[in-house]
Amino acid sequence: MSVSAQSATPPADAAVVFDGVSKHFPASGQSGAFTALDTVSLTVDRGSITGIIGRSGAGKSTLIRLVNGLEKPTGGKVMVDGVDVGALDEAALRSLRRNVGMIFQHFNLLSSRTVFGNVALPLEISGMDKRAIEQRVRPLLDLVGLADKHGRYPAELSGGQKQRIGIARALATEPKLLLSDEATSALDPETTQSILELLKRINAELGLTVLLITHEMEVVKAVTSDVAVIDHGRIVERGHTFDVFTHPKHETTRALLSGLPGSKLPDAVARALKTQPAAGDRAVVRLTFFGAAAEKPLISQLIKSVGAEVNIIAGTIDEIGGAPYGSLVVAYGADAETSGRAERFFVENGLVTEVLGYVA
Amino acid sequence: MSPDILLRIGGATVDTIYMVAVAGLIGSLIGLPIGIFLATSGKGELFPAPTLNRIVGLIVNATRSTPFIILVVAIIPFTRLLTGTSIGTKAAIVPLTIATIPFVARLVEAAIREIDKGLIEAARAMGATPMQIIFKVLLAEARPALTLALTMTAVSLIGYSAMVGAVGGGGLGDLGIRYGYQRFMPDVMLVVVIVLIVLVQLVQSAGDGLARRFDKKNRKT
Repeated sequence: MSVSAQSATPPADAAVVFDGVSKHFPASGQSGAFTALDTVSLTVDRGSITGIIGRSGAGKSTLIRLVNGLEKPTGGKVMVDGVDVGALDEAALRSLRRNVGMIFQHFNLLSSRTVFGNVALPLEISGMDKRAIEQRVRPLLDLVGLADKHGRYPAELSGGQKQRIGIARALATEPKLLLSDEATSALDPETTQSILELLKRINAELGLTVLLITHEMEVVKAVTSDVAVIDHGRIVERGHTFDVFTHPKHETTRALLSGLPGSKLPDAVARALKTQPAAGDRAVVRLTFFGAAAEKPLISQLIKSVGAEVNIIAGTIDEIGGAPYGSLVVAYGADAETSGRAERFFVENGLVTEVLGYVA
Repeated sequence: MSPDILLRIGGATVDTIYMVAVAGLIGSLIGLPIGIFLATSGKGELFPAPTLNRIVGLIVNATRSTPFIILVVAIIPFTRLLTGTSIGTKAAIVPLTIATIPFVARLVEAAIREIDKGLIEAARAMGATPMQIIFKVLLAEARPALTLALTMTAVSLIGYSAMVGAVGGGGLGDLGIRYGYQRFMPDVMLVVVIVLIVLVQLVQSAGDGLARRFDKKNRKT
């Protein structure tokens, strides 16, 4: 993801460009005027899996709906493949939508149609003849692993299977861009992982750009290459997923990240934490390491060079966008000598550290 | 009961079925699009026309709130214009049809409004035209509910058709009043009522069965 330039010509490798986009809803009935999006600028690179994360009501639903014109911006421009979506008439908008797939939180499958019929629907809408539809739908059902269910109705399927059908349906018109609207939010963690794997595979095999919105950091961590954090209608942070996860700058990002397992302090430690050290206290420090550092025997080296006891309080080793990443919270003597040795060790090994506080 | 009366009951049953079938068919054909219009023309919907929506809604309500027997009498000039007569089976079809239209329209509207808005959004996201959304999504998804709505219409029509008997409309109601009531033949009245009950039962079970077959949502997995 790159900072969108103010110029009218977007970068050639951009699948979607939001250029200073705003969306205001005028007051109506009991609800007052509301600004869903406030001058949002964002570029979605072609071939990327870009995530937009935010709490509910942050404006992400509105943002994704601007891409296929389900909502119109009240200010700014949304460009899809260099075309200004807001300037299209209904007919042109319909043909654009036939080239942009979309999947939904609640799947939105037609209960009256079989699995086959649901995947065939966008093709019928685009006026394809029956034989061609047959030939198109079968391999799609194979792709999502549900070829044996083609005559079933959605009511007979599990949530994960329904979303697979949703994905097959979204891919039916062979789009270059897939919009995912909280596609895994109604699924259990295990099913979520399998759907995310499928999205990753589609992205890799079909070269499809995926723009997904979610409120779950797990989803962003598992599949996206780029991420933007949205809060109160504004993009507060964006970048490569790895960078945002390892160096979160904005408070909202940190808050969202704190929900991830391994990044939270145990309650007892969190309560005992002091901002100033007293004599004999220990410093509580978060170490973040990635790339080559994640593979070194850091802890034993740390203990050797500090020459004192080191307690491990919390920790996680994980992958973000395929890159190894570790986060470790340790405690060691807060006296000047021990701290000095520890700091030298961190600098020598290129570790990012953050002093969280002190405990007795 | 004389064979003559039995023959009359048979004839009256055919008349009733005929009135209900013709009025139900024409009324539904007109009521269905009106119902679709009512369900899709609100503010921000597929064919936004809020003013016309309100006007049509008002007319539908006015027609529905007019007692049927008053409607029958009130539109006699119109009935005469259309059929050349104001009594008999043919004439009865006109007020029955007029009463069916708003009834069907409201039921169709309700059936369509029941459909998850997410489906409409999904279809729009596929690039469907509003017409494609109506035919491929709304009507297809509402089929079980529409079947029940039409069943309910037919049952109500059987009841209404008995009322037109009061103004010489023919059919079972007419027979029941003229023989069972005015000539004091309770056995005729009883048979008429039983035939009506059987008719309603048949229509209802057929409709329920059909709706169940169309319903792929609540089937057991």
